[in-house]
Amino acid sequence: MRFKTFTSPHMSPVRSVHRVMRQVLYGLLPGTAAMAWFFGWGVLVNVLLAVTVALATEALMLLLRRRPVRPFITDLSAVVAGWLFALAIPPLTPWWITLVGVAFAMAVAKHLYGGLGYNPFNPAMIGYVVAVISFPREMTLWIPPGTLADPAFTFSQTLGIIFQGQLPAGLSWDAVTSATPLDRIQSGLGVGQPLGAIQDTPLFGFVAGRGWEWINLAFLAGGLWLLHRRVITWQAPAGMLGALFLISGLFWLMDPAAYPDPLFQLFSGAAMLGAFFIATDPVSGSATPGGRLLFGAGVGLLVFIIRSWGAYAEGVAFAVLLMNMMAPTIDQYTQPRVFGRRARGQEDQG
Amino acid sequence: MSTRSYRRIVADGFWHNNPGLVQLLGLCPLLAISGTVVNALGLGLATTLTLVASNLSVSAIRNWVRPEIRIPVYVLIIASVVTAIELAMNAYFHELYLILGIFIPLIVTNCAIIGRAEAFASKNPMPRALVDALAMGLGFTAVLVALGGLREALGQGTLFAQAHLMFGDMARGLTLTLVEDYRGFLLAVLPPGAFIGLGLLLALKNAVDEHLERRAARRRAAMTEQPQT
Repeated sequence: MRFKTFTSPHMSPVRSVHRVMRQVLYGLLPGTAAMAWFFGWGVLVNVLLAVTVALATEALMLLLRRRPVRPFITDLSAVVAGWLFALAIPPLTPWWITLVGVAFAMAVAKHLYGGLGYNPFNPAMIGYVVAVISFPREMTLWIPPGTLADPAFTFSQTLGIIFQGQLPAGLSWDAVTSATPLDRIQSGLGVGQPLGAIQDTPLFGFVAGRGWEWINLAFLAGGLWLLHRRVITWQAPAGMLGALFLISGLFWLMDPAAYPDPLFQLFSGAAMLGAFFIATDPVSGSATPGGRLLFGAGVGLLVFIIRSWGAYAEGVAFAVLLMNMMAPTIDQYTQPRVFGRRARGQEDQG
Repeated sequence: MSTRSYRRIVADGFWHNNPGLVQLLGLCPLLAISGTVVNALGLGLATTLTLVASNLSVSAIRNWVRPEIRIPVYVLIIASVVTAIELAMNAYFHELYLILGIFIPLIVTNCAIIGRAEAFASKNPMPRALVDALAMGLGFTAVLVALGGLREALGQGTLFAQAHLMFGDMARGLTLTLVEDYRGFLLAVLPPGAFIGLGLLLALKNAVDEHLERRAARRRAAMTEQPQT
């Protein structure tokens, strides 16, 4: 039986996985465009390749698991996972790394655990970590930021590098690649260079790495739009960025020559992408409001620890995976009070 | 218990009650030493030898050991056997001994060995204990080698690399290079590869069992239907 509602403006929320994922993709557009602007065609080629591999692996796993293919393929969750993976890897990554990383992410990290909604770890980050651990040399081949108006490589050159591993004639990998700002700071501080001298190089811009600050700003804009559309909640990003700001601010105040300033931390590497698009994953993240705040704060803290004292220059992926492990425990201790009850599970006596 | 046939004992060791795949005993060496086929084979055979010696000794003295002190006695026997094997490996397979390192003395803590002593050898005569030790040991070795092969092929693109450590200089040519110019897949070589690989082997075994079960059920159903028609 259907009841017609006449009075009061009832808004029926249409929230399907497909719709949420589509909006997340819209939110990713500004950041992706900024990355493509600074790092060239390779970013877009990687996105296309990773999304194709993600969809193909998802379809294959659904067939193997004898699940309906169409409804799960069209929910766009595989597209988002592939897209996030492509944004995490260097722009000239060889195609087989994307293939291995995304296929592992979809097959092992997602479907072996039961598919969408059951995976304890963020599939895109698992794929990235598999790639970064297994192929350490290729996964550090970042190029210095240029602009699309004056790209380092033409479209066909980019295709040649990614799919055939052929650099344009007369160039060597040492000549075209460059450390990321975070890499540069970590290696510079490691050999005792003062921070001021490191940040004086053309690799750095106004507040963070040249190019990277704009990319992070674009991801921030996309994330704020998602927040405005209520696709994500504010707790996880606020927790992550707040914790990262506070802890890095504390160390910066203690020793400004050895620790980059908090703004640099917020606008470097994958900080904004991680805060708004990865720490907010509804499946592998925390599910309670307070829990999300804690989850985000944990990610921010771990990102600072890994960046400052870890073996890797950027730690968002590792931080998110470590906190994914904590999420069920966090959820258990942060369950909100049910209306009519005093505390978790206790009947209201009054 | 003691009426189990030899055939059953062998089938249990290799498949139905395999230490690596079903009892999940001795996982520490299984996960740590399965980086290459040769390492896996070396540790597997050392474990098998220990198992044979300890099972035979425990079975031989089973009627004289009081139940109250049986565990310390088993531990003493196993520790002595492992010490002897460690010294022997140090003498005859020195390079392999250096690679396997701490995991040779650690055979003493492999639960599969004391498990067989307690669950089987202490209740069965020596011939049965010997067959059980061989079946369990070789079953464990088979899992180790399968995992080692999987990890070595995926991680380095080779099989039987460094075979000379075990079989002498003649075996240098044994190394198979599966993929020329392989870039290496470090994940398979590192500890996560061991866990993922063992998980896949477990899943494979369960899938095979399920398949066999279903086929047997179908055959039973067909057998019971036929007389009626």
